[in-house]
Amino acid sequence: MTMAENTATTFTTPVVTNRAVQSDSPLEEKVSVRTLNFYYGDNRALKNVSVPLYAGLVTAFIGPSGCGKSTLLRVLNRIYDLYPHQRAEGEVLLDNQNILNPALDLNLLRARVGMVFQKPTPFPMSIYENIAFGIRLYERLSKADLDARVESSLRRAALWDEVKDKLGANGLSLSGGQQQRLCIARTIAVKPEVILLDEPCSALDPIATAKIEELIDELKSDYTIAIVTHNMQQAARVSDYTAFMFLGELVEFGPTTKMFTSPSERRTQDYITGRFG
Amino acid sequence: MTLYSRRRGKNAVVLGLSVAATAIGLGWLALILGALIWEAFLGLSLQVFTEMTPPPGSAGGLLNPIVGSLIMTGLAVVIGTPLGMLAGTYMAEYGRHSRLTHVVRFINDILLSAPSIVIGLFIYEIFVYQVGHFSGWSGALALAVIVIPVVVRTTEDMLLLVPDTLREASASIGMPRAHMISHVCYRAASAGLITGVLLAVARISGETAPLLFTALNNQFFSFNLNAPMASLPVVIFQFALSPYKEWQALAWVGALIITFAVLALSIAARALGSKEPL
Repeated sequence: MTMAENTATTFTTPVVTNRAVQSDSPLEEKVSVRTLNFYYGDNRALKNVSVPLYAGLVTAFIGPSGCGKSTLLRVLNRIYDLYPHQRAEGEVLLDNQNILNPALDLNLLRARVGMVFQKPTPFPMSIYENIAFGIRLYERLSKADLDARVESSLRRAALWDEVKDKLGANGLSLSGGQQQRLCIARTIAVKPEVILLDEPCSALDPIATAKIEELIDELKSDYTIAIVTHNMQQAARVSDYTAFMFLGELVEFGPTTKMFTSPSERRTQDYITGRFG
Repeated sequence: MTLYSRRRGKNAVVLGLSVAATAIGLGWLALILGALIWEAFLGLSLQVFTEMTPPPGSAGGLLNPIVGSLIMTGLAVVIGTPLGMLAGTYMAEYGRHSRLTHVVRFINDILLSAPSIVIGLFIYEIFVYQVGHFSGWSGALALAVIVIPVVVRTTEDMLLLVPDTLREASASIGMPRAHMISHVCYRAASAGLITGVLLAVARISGETAPLLFTALNNQFFSFNLNAPMASLPVVIFQFALSPYKEWQALAWVGALIITFAVLALSIAARALGSKEPL
């Protein structure tokens, strides 16, 4: 118990969100990863990983560089499929359907499971088109409806006020933090069910980071979110559940409060208190 | 200290050699341009752009070869660019790791450095000889064969410069590959792709050898692609070798026109290439 208290005091920021732990309703597994193994050529990057993503909650993945957290995220929308010599074995269920099934339509899957990357990646087109392009791929909307969707997406990403007067400007003309929020707006505009965030704040300053974190908190009412982060405070601030990974294995998974106050694994404790990693 | 002064001495020698080499290289270029302008300036007049190539001993212009060159170059670009871009797109986007891409790249590099007279002979053999006469079409075809490898190369190179993160981002909103390539990758690489086409145009606008066996030449103004067609390089070749003063003067003017057209294209390509580095 003393050790747990000790760990908790490491973090000055209080853990904010804990609906999952407080609520009594059973948690619904939106995504279930089961005994997943992943290979880059002959190199095994994930070893028998099993972990759930609960619907409507934020799950953080932490661990030292190279532990496989980004790799795990890249399996969840099968973005790894763009490259040869990368393969996954095991099961990843999205609403009880195995997405590792080779016959699956990847475009439809990725429309359901969106992803935001470490570096902002706006398309080389206008701010408006950056958002509208993805929407048009799957929906036929009138001009007015499309405009409304673009606006609401930008509003949700807390970017509308900054860009409403220059929607025709190139997306690349925005600052880094704005570009990242544009990418988030682009992702939510296609109405995915799951959003994967791969270190979304690592290239941003603290102000932009704070905005994105607020955004994550706001978005989780509608989406299931997974976030990979190197920033432990960020994981503590934004997530309901946390998974700690090390050398391709899932070491521990549990409610964020428990993970950061009384982890059951020694390695988790060492990592979050900064003794290694 | 001796070590240091020796190093300084070495530096001075190498620097001197480098400057001399640069001066010699640029000097020849300046001499060529100077001679061209000096010789052509007297012959340059509005007549050059309004009148046909004259018979020996009388005055005239270069209208028919200018028009012929524009037509054949334009056609060659229209034929060669789509083929080259599609091949380059396959190599960079679909078959990046496939065996076929390596084979195509190897063959393309050979084609890129093939002597243009060989290409002229090739078109002569498979087209001119079969049809039975020289024609503007065959000239355009020969030039197109030169355009293709240039465009293949630049398309592949420019698409490979588009970061994979942009492809991942496109895929992650469920964008099909065809959309990704045409709306994201092409757009991100647009400056480079256009530069490639401009460089191809610059390359073929001075080609003489492939036209000698294909379009031949025409003394008269002609839009007929089924008949022999005049072009600037071939007219320069013919007029410059002739003993007639008027023809020689026109050859100089023709050379000046080509040189400045290519120069303008190169500058345009440069400006486009540097404006949007991606």
